[in-house]
Amino acid sequence: MPAAVLFDAPGPATVARHRIYTFVGIAAIAGLIAFAFYRLWASGQMTYEKWEPFFTPRYIEAILVDGLLITLQMAFLAIIGAVVFGVIFGVGKLSDHAWLRWPCWLVVEFFRAVPVILLMIFCFYAIFGDFEPLNTRTYWSVVLALTLYNGAVLAEVFRAGVNAVPKGQAEAAYAIGMRKTQVMTLVLLPQAVKIMIPAIISQCVVALKDTALGYVIAGVGLTRMARQIFPTFQNHVATIIVIASLYILVNLLLTWLANWVQRKYVGEKKVLEVSMVGEHGTTTGAPFDSR
Amino acid sequence: MEAVLDQFDAVLKAFGYTALLFAVSGVFSVLLGTLLVSMRVGPIAVLNRAAAVYITVVRNTPLVMIFMFFQLGAGKVWNLLNFQWVDIHIGTLDFTSFFTAAVVSLSLYTACFVAEALRSGVNAVPLGQAEAARAIGLPFSGVMSQVVLPQAFRASVPPLASTLIALLKNTSVAAAFGVLEAAAQMKIFTNNHADQRWGIFIAFALGYIILVEVVSLFATLLERRWRIA
Amino acid sequence: MRFIRTKAVFAATALALSLAACGEAGEEEGPVDVEVEENAAEQFEEGTRMRELAEAGGVKIGVKYDQPGLGFKDPASDIPTGFDVEIAKLLAADLGLDPNDTSQVEWIETISDNREPFLQDGTVDLVLASYSITEERRAVVGQAGPYMVTGQQLLVKSDSDVESVDDLQGKEVCSVTGSTSLENVEAQGMKPVGFDTYSECAEKVLDGTVEAMSTDGTILMGYAAQNEGELSVVGEEFSEERIGVGYSKDYPEMCQWINDVLTESNESGQWAEAFEGTLGASGVETPEFPELDPCPES
Repeated sequence: MPAAVLFDAPGPATVARHRIYTFVGIAAIAGLIAFAFYRLWASGQMTYEKWEPFFTPRYIEAILVDGLLITLQMAFLAIIGAVVFGVIFGVGKLSDHAWLRWPCWLVVEFFRAVPVILLMIFCFYAIFGDFEPLNTRTYWSVVLALTLYNGAVLAEVFRAGVNAVPKGQAEAAYAIGMRKTQVMTLVLLPQAVKIMIPAIISQCVVALKDTALGYVIAGVGLTRMARQIFPTFQNHVATIIVIASLYILVNLLLTWLANWVQRKYVGEKKVLEVSMVGEHGTTTGAPFDSR
Repeated sequence: MEAVLDQFDAVLKAFGYTALLFAVSGVFSVLLGTLLVSMRVGPIAVLNRAAAVYITVVRNTPLVMIFMFFQLGAGKVWNLLNFQWVDIHIGTLDFTSFFTAAVVSLSLYTACFVAEALRSGVNAVPLGQAEAARAIGLPFSGVMSQVVLPQAFRASVPPLASTLIALLKNTSVAAAFGVLEAAAQMKIFTNNHADQRWGIFIAFALGYIILVEVVSLFATLLERRWRIA
Repeated sequence: MRFIRTKAVFAATALALSLAACGEAGEEEGPVDVEVEENAAEQFEEGTRMRELAEAGGVKIGVKYDQPGLGFKDPASDIPTGFDVEIAKLLAADLGLDPNDTSQVEWIETISDNREPFLQDGTVDLVLASYSITEERRAVVGQAGPYMVTGQQLLVKSDSDVESVDDLQGKEVCSVTGSTSLENVEAQGMKPVGFDTYSECAEKVLDGTVEAMSTDGTILMGYAAQNEGELSVVGEEFSEERIGVGYSKDYPEMCQWINDVLTESNESGQWAEAFEGTLGASGVETPEFPELDPCPES
């Protein structure tokens, strides 16, 4: 519903009232911002010492290379893994054989319902317990946990994507004598993947944000960097602002990319949406990055 | 698995914290999300922009960073944000600074997704409803509170349910920030009982799955009951 | 055009220089003057692990990276700092390796839980990561030392009235989730609050959210040293942890060597220097050098 339908074109009295609201709104927001800055200032968070590492080349390098780059790598690997996992289990869920469909369904539902942190803790102790040094161990725990979770989500996206291919496509393919496998690999898959691409990119935002969950298992990448900067500089506020800004910046770029790809290659259709875990019935509704 | 059964009290208590984190943050995020969506679709341009900026910034921030801010940063900026003024004890459960900071972090974060879910609900309300409401002379507040939002809530039950399920799973972040909820308890067990790691993982995963199913069952019932013809 | 560009380069260089001048953390070489042994290989018998390491010119040492005062690595430096690290440097120097050269001494981040496999498979040659000596561990790996004896204590604000566990009954006390320390907190009648690292607990003590945190005294001293005048270590030790050097059981000869180096460091005063320069920075009294366990017969 366009917002304009919710209210009348304002008359003179309403315009005046809106002006007051606008003024009050601006005052409230400005007041809030001003208060935040005042507190930052008064509590000594705006001194140069607190922000020093972010103007020091060696720290900037460490933050970008050992922090951001590692975080991006983990998200990237996790998404690659998730696409593979998603295609395999998505196809599995579409199988005509119940003995294949049900286990796939179970696996997908399981990994969608379990918190990523649980997966990470489990991977950290039980799967990669023998990895050394510590950052490698955390790194692979994060990648595997995110692969499983995002893979499960993408399996569902994938299934929805295949189902979104117009029925006539499969029918036509069968009509010209293709086998089931051929219909899937030659006709349905390529079209489904095209529909899926923006969804995969938005899933990248989720994966990137979730790399931060590695914090519960010693941390790796950007969050780890924050942890290693705190003790030397005692600058928690500044570090948190800088690190969070880096995440936000990259995520905005990814979102922009997803929209661009959507417009360029898929057309104006809405980004594919799937139901959340445990939701029975329709496949509408859930925004992807609702976690 | 024996570890879990032997200390089942501890497990129940841990899931109790999880459920309470979910319930309290759920209420606050729906309230805050409703406020945000009213600002977002309302006629005041400034509020509209402010809500949009808030939603964009917060939904692109990792939840861990928000927790980190309220546990390690906010108190240094303003003493009140230490939440030391919260000190409630009910039975064996403690609701102190840590629980409060977790609720604040979770609510501020989830509110964005609630707002987005509600907005999709508002968009689903047929145009004629709002037009009719305006035709009988309701102001914006009346249009929203009497006609559009009640229907929007119904239409947004499915996306809202997803958001709340995500919130339920996100409560596990509190494990790293002083709340002994299920994920923290699982970490303790996993660390102490090297021989039972699979069993412990399955047991805690099942706990979460049960909670998720309860929420989604509730959502399904609600959706069925409220379905707009 | 050329002029502008030169100016820009100049400005950039000046900026880089001025920036480089500010963040010097992690550059200092540690409090102990480490003398690198010359012709080290020859002092060891043929066929010993020490000789192998000395001749190979490289050793891999597992330390902590996130424990200020014990083993901490600043993101901008290559070499960690702290008491454990200083002791490790003495061992490396005895092998004729320069501990400030990362091509000779490779530092590997390690946490103390189940480190045994890495000693067994040779991922690390030595572990000095607040590695407490226990019978279970000694069944699978070698542990020489102890080079430090500590016990669980309390870290409180310096102006706090808390003197012992008795003052904290029923109060929230912070430690690391999953650690024995946190279980002891509960066993001692305090309410456990778990974070993922001790540094975060120290923050919560500093901002007054909890009155105390509790774990090994050495770890607490690190924070007291870092926040001099703000945090203090108090209370009787209510457990005993003997911190040792981990090595692989395949090379039992390392035990005597480690003990010899430790004994020597005590006699030369380097052990005390290492303590004073790291954990002792807050002015705590330097403890007695602990009595070393005899090496197992091999």
